[in-house]
Amino acid sequence: MAVVFEKPHALTDAPTHYCPGCTHGIIHRLIAECLDELGLEGSAVGVAPVGCAVMAYNYFSCDMIQSPHGRAPAIATGVKRALPSAAVFTYQGDGDLAAIGTAETVHAAARGENICVFFVNNAIYGMTGGQMAPTTLPGQVTQTSPYGRDVKTAGYPIRVCELLSTLDGTAFAQRVAVDCVRNVLAAKKAVKKAFQTQLDGRGFSIVEFISSCPTNWGFTPSEALVWLREHMLPYYPLGVYKDTSAQAQGEAQP
Amino acid sequence: MNMAQRVLMKGNEALAQAAIDAGCRCFFGYPITPQTELAAYMAKQMPKVGGVYLQAESEIAAINMVQGAAAAGVRAMTSSSSPGISLKTEGISYMCGSDLPALIVNVQRGGPGLGGIQPSQADYWQATKAPGHGDLHILVFTPSSVQEMVDLVGKAFDLADKYRMPAMILADGLLGQMMEPVEIGGKEVPVPAAKPWAACGHRNQREHNIVNSLYLTASELEDLVKKRFERYREIEAKEPLCEAYLVDDADIVVAAYGAAARIAKAAVRTARERGIRAGLLRPVTVWPFPKKDFQAAARHASRFLCVEMNMGQMVDDVRLAVECSKPVGFFGTTGGVIPTPAQVLEQIENLSGGAR
Amino acid sequence: MKDLNVLLAGFGGQGILFMGKLIAYAGLIDGREVSWLPSYGPEMRGGTANCSVCLSDEPVCSPLVTEPDILIVMNQPSFDRFIGSVAPGGIAIIDSSLVGGKTAREDISSFYVPATALAGEKGLQGLANIILVGKMLAETRFCSLDTMRAAIEKAVPPRKQNLVAGNMRAVELGMDS
Repeated sequence: MAVVFEKPHALTDAPTHYCPGCTHGIIHRLIAECLDELGLEGSAVGVAPVGCAVMAYNYFSCDMIQSPHGRAPAIATGVKRALPSAAVFTYQGDGDLAAIGTAETVHAAARGENICVFFVNNAIYGMTGGQMAPTTLPGQVTQTSPYGRDVKTAGYPIRVCELLSTLDGTAFAQRVAVDCVRNVLAAKKAVKKAFQTQLDGRGFSIVEFISSCPTNWGFTPSEALVWLREHMLPYYPLGVYKDTSAQAQGEAQP
Repeated sequence: MNMAQRVLMKGNEALAQAAIDAGCRCFFGYPITPQTELAAYMAKQMPKVGGVYLQAESEIAAINMVQGAAAAGVRAMTSSSSPGISLKTEGISYMCGSDLPALIVNVQRGGPGLGGIQPSQADYWQATKAPGHGDLHILVFTPSSVQEMVDLVGKAFDLADKYRMPAMILADGLLGQMMEPVEIGGKEVPVPAAKPWAACGHRNQREHNIVNSLYLTASELEDLVKKRFERYREIEAKEPLCEAYLVDDADIVVAAYGAAARIAKAAVRTARERGIRAGLLRPVTVWPFPKKDFQAAARHASRFLCVEMNMGQMVDDVRLAVECSKPVGFFGTTGGVIPTPAQVLEQIENLSGGAR
Repeated sequence: MKDLNVLLAGFGGQGILFMGKLIAYAGLIDGREVSWLPSYGPEMRGGTANCSVCLSDEPVCSPLVTEPDILIVMNQPSFDRFIGSVAPGGIAIIDSSLVGGKTAREDISSFYVPATALAGEKGLQGLANIILVGKMLAETRFCSLDTMRAAIEKAVPPRKQNLVAGNMRAVELGMDS
């Protein structure tokens, strides 16, 4: 019988612990498919964050390291500098990457550290039960912004791709979503491009996934995707924010 | 193979060269007085041996880069001074929890807070009791000369690899800044033991390795910590190091480590000249603490005097080691003040009650 | 040979630490145990600098010299601060171009050498410190002139070996002063 669909080799058989309707599963799969297609599983070292994806080390079949909260880019830096031939990636959430780990993120990018960062932005802290994240939208209700995020006291959300694309060390930055087939396909292309950026030795790459958290947002999975489209995407526009590849540079020519 | 040469070197620089000689090829740091020469030496020398020198954005990032390199299976180190070590404690705890070997150098200065920049031993408790959160220990070596800054580095790396845990060289500003003649080099760069647990890419040859410190099932974590503590007990039995100077017949035993031990040694020597049976026990490891050496000395000594460049930290371990069988006095200077041999001698003379 | 504990003090930029290196290298070349301990701090040029050097046949215990056998001072604050600490029977060598007044101490030997002025006169600008080391050598004979030359060759960076001759002239000038 012809096989028409199977699990990527770079994913283990472990059942994930993610909530129903969470997009982590899709994103894991996209990364694993790219590891398979680029033949990178054997040379890959992934770094798991603290947050919902903390146990990503159980789900990817490549070698994995679990990092202290926010420090994944520093851990990845250590791995990549020690083993330049390894394909090194981090998988981080918004609290991990844009709050406690801001310094590690920004400086890894500024150094042009030749690693891939996969950033899952769902505008809320999932693992600890729905607190305000650095990317929580103005007015958005969370456990720790119960009256809606008041920018006068809690400040404004951080647009990570825009921020990092100002740095010379960032080679590739793209914001994607996995809310529909078209976006999932575009997201996969972005993941592959990020790995290719590393393989080409061009420096730091980041793919930001605008994601949903039905559990902590208090929606059904499909309602959550509607809310994502209506509220997240206007604040966090999808698109390529930086691409230093020859091809992209060529396209930029008039 | 180069012959070992006797050269004049600063402690910080000698330690750095010794680390390179021990096969360390990854250094991640952040400038802080009085350890900066170590980082500067690495910045200059690492590129010449194909190694990595990286100035991180913070001590936190530096220790995590060490963790990444250590997880990838290479010899990696960082160095800092007291305030910077406080920032590294998070990473040290994770490395203990992930069973990762690495070297951390603390060239201590006065604290707390920003404190001062003069030599101090005020981080003894931090190094030996709580170098990070959780049930853990790290190996702690306390050199007392520039030569020992060299000699203990290879040992620290080897034992860290053997027992899969971080090791610390607990030095101070005096040892870091002073120059002394050292014999350095002249040995083959060792090939560190294989690390089959490392996350370095499985090449499709084995199951994936996971370097991790998270265990959500309490009993699983307990089992793991207990197993780690069996290793700690083995280390406590096998690895303590201590120098005994004129201790065999000593009535008054001075306990001191690192820079303070040098000063104490001068005082002990003068005390002997004055007919006082004084001796010096100098721990070279403070975790594991050389309890047996102190217990042996307690059989004939009438009292102990602990001399430290702090308000009294190791003195607790001395009291525990002798199980309070003999009085243990304390003399210390703090804040970066270095005690003088005359001050220590006065303490010894007071304890001897003028008995000659 | 007797232990020699030396304290060198002055302003940063006067070559206080370099003086210490010369003495330490001389000890090293003669196969003695030595230690060299600088004061360190946020000061660079213009701040106070001092340096402890110990030469001994035994491993050096305390590298911090608090009662020097030999004190060399190159500014007034250091003179005021350290002259009282010289061990009885010890030697103080003072750059009298930069230090006014004399010590009342009679239990030590004090030598007043206008080193900075001498260096200026003899075209040895910046080598007042080495003149003072020359004086120390003359008064203590802590090493041979050959050893001193070898120490200078070691302490001067390889790309500045053209400075060795000037340094040796400064040593000899100090010995004769």
